[in-house]
Amino acid sequence: MEQQAISSNAEIHSEIDDLGYESLVSLNDDGEQEVYLLVSGAVCAACIQKIESSIKQFENIKNARLNFSTSRLYITWDGAPAMVNDYVRAVENLGYGVKPYDLKTEQSEVNEQERFLLLCLGVAGFAMGNIMLLSVGLWTTSAETMGMATRDFMHWVSAAIALPTIMFSGRPFFRSALKALSAGGTNMDVPISLALILAGGMSVLETINHGEHVYFDSAVMLMFFLLIGRYLDFRARKNARSVATDLLSAISGFANVIMEGGKISRVLIRDLQENMVVRVTAGEKIPVDGIVIDGVSEIDTSLVTGETMPRDIASGGEVFAGTVNLSSPITIKVVKEAEDSLVADIVRLMEKAGQGQAKYVRWADRAARLYTPVVHIFAVLAFIGWFFIGGLDWQGALLISITVLIITCPCALGLAVPVVQVLASGRLMREGVLIKSGDALERLSEIDTILLDKTGTLTLGNPVLVGDYDKDNLRLAASLAANSMHQLSKSMLKSYDNALLDVSNIKEVAGRGIEGVYGGKLVRLGSRSWCGNKGASPTNMLELWLSEEGQEPVSFRFIDILREDAADVVSSFIKDGLNLVMLSGDRENVVKTISKECEIKTFYAEKTPIEKFEILEDFKAKNHKVLMIGDGLNDAPVLAGADVSIATGSAIDMAQNAADIVFMGDRLAPVYEVYKTAKLTQKLVKQNFAIAVIYNMVAVPLALAGLVTPLIAAIAMSGSSLVVIANSFRLKIKRKI
Amino acid sequence: MDVLIYLIPIALLLGLIGLAGFIWSIKSGQHDDLDGAARRILMDENGVEDEEGGK
Repeated sequence: MEQQAISSNAEIHSEIDDLGYESLVSLNDDGEQEVYLLVSGAVCAACIQKIESSIKQFENIKNARLNFSTSRLYITWDGAPAMVNDYVRAVENLGYGVKPYDLKTEQSEVNEQERFLLLCLGVAGFAMGNIMLLSVGLWTTSAETMGMATRDFMHWVSAAIALPTIMFSGRPFFRSALKALSAGGTNMDVPISLALILAGGMSVLETINHGEHVYFDSAVMLMFFLLIGRYLDFRARKNARSVATDLLSAISGFANVIMEGGKISRVLIRDLQENMVVRVTAGEKIPVDGIVIDGVSEIDTSLVTGETMPRDIASGGEVFAGTVNLSSPITIKVVKEAEDSLVADIVRLMEKAGQGQAKYVRWADRAARLYTPVVHIFAVLAFIGWFFIGGLDWQGALLISITVLIITCPCALGLAVPVVQVLASGRLMREGVLIKSGDALERLSEIDTILLDKTGTLTLGNPVLVGDYDKDNLRLAASLAANSMHQLSKSMLKSYDNALLDVSNIKEVAGRGIEGVYGGKLVRLGSRSWCGNKGASPTNMLELWLSEEGQEPVSFRFIDILREDAADVVSSFIKDGLNLVMLSGDRENVVKTISKECEIKTFYAEKTPIEKFEILEDFKAKNHKVLMIGDGLNDAPVLAGADVSIATGSAIDMAQNAADIVFMGDRLAPVYEVYKTAKLTQKLVKQNFAIAVIYNMVAVPLALAGLVTPLIAAIAMSGSSLVVIANSFRLKIKRKI
Repeated sequence: MDVLIYLIPIALLLGLIGLAGFIWSIKSGQHDDLDGAARRILMDENGVEDEEGGK
């Protein structure tokens, strides 16, 4: 598929100079032209260098920088906006894919937030280091040896560092707490903010009164650890979001529009308007819903209907975005309102599925809901107990109450999820798996049923030649096939690797096949009806016929084969006790064969997208947690409605947008890998929560008893955080599954 | 103990210099592409010259 797309692009680019990218160029603050492009295929340092230097060889380039993490190429230059087309061509000539990218505004906002968190973290880290420097002195030396004046001095220096830091770096917590309070609710940030403010205020009072214990170090340390968790969590969510926006922006590719006067120009797909006339070359994905006004061809609708047999199309026929034009160029007229009930139904179903999906509550949030009131109650109890029963003055009682707040504050809880999540998504990214939503792994770990699509998911979606054929026929067929862009011709050529024959007068007949002259005889490769044999028994397989003048026509059969490791992956899932079900829009006997090959017992064939969705609803009604794996438009509603969903890298945009996870490559193994990683991630997260709970079970009674000094608080907090981080890193140590 | 009068401000000053450096690096976008930075060190000398020439 990829190869096909590249060659057809090259073909178009040689025809027209204007690639249409100038519509993406804007002026920046310095009066230079700037553009963001999405570059695919850059995987190493050499790629960065090649791409950047290919741009910099042009004159007037101010800056060219490829952001490796986000695959975004940023170029600024002096001169005409149209120069960008040359840059795009230069990068494409290196063999990398370039796509338009137009979401920079949102991106810069996200970057702004990330920088803000990092800044808060840096300031808190600086403050913590310096206060600790003083605190170590305070902890190890008694007041008698140090002298009261020195101790007060060190307390004042600590206060001078800690108070501005709390005000500066505490903002993420204060903001979120205020938001929750003004909405009439409470969240984890409320006790955190309370602890920070009370600890700071109380410690200032203690300092003024020449007290022994101040909690500046505890407050700042608490903030530092929590900010690490926040920052990691933000990065994980940012990665998920940038995957999502990449997929979204990929839709906005280009279409070749025939303007008045016959000139072809490239227009962003999202700018296409009703009644525009678009040319679609052979092998190209149809960019938009429309009606064919010229040309005869075949359309591969497998992504829309699951059907593997191509559909014939001629003038007046309807075509849909996402289907692939197979054999010859066609011209279509854009129809914005898809009249076809199938597509309209699918869109409606997807909307319904999106609304019906109950909002999943993440583990960390569930823990926070339990935890927040408990902490408040303990803190209040500590104050009441020591003030009324314990006989302390209000300052003493308040101090104990504050130590309870500080020490129960969830350093470990705040790190428990983000550390594991960042490690897991990094590991999966290297395996070619992109996580689109932050809680996908959590939801994936709870599934008990898997629904699988057949075409393009269990199978590769590319037909392969099967059976034994006469060598001479094979050679002749391959020689003819070499001149065609048709999917079957390409499969034919792929299965033949010897020298080709020299066929003359080659002509492609739209919608029928290809013909030429060999050895003085007319030879044809193409459809059954065109090549002759009308008497042969009909078959369910894809076929090409070869006819040679004076000889009986012969047929070549193709089937859509399973992914290499599909059967292994299926058996691994079954071994783990999951219930696998195959859903397909293809014909019964094809589905049956595939289900036998990979040993899936339950299957549904010839299902429309609506019926597929009803099957999902059925499973959900029986309280099953369902994972859907699919690639086509016909899967999109199920992908959107399932508890969690995975789409293939070759899936249509709509399916990838609806899915939570996207995996790349020809193997199915990444799917099992994600599942195992999700399980492991969830196990580690739960262990981390357990560690945090055990820590609190020890620390809270000590704090309630008034035994916690600043030293004990510091050790307890950093100790529990380190244990949680160390436990999370086991995800990295565990070998490949 | 009197020496603390000098030592503590010196320690703070050094820390502040580090912090200022960190803030500068954030503001100039050096933390925006951590994966890319890890790979850019592998580029050869020509690449570095290119880099500077392009600025």
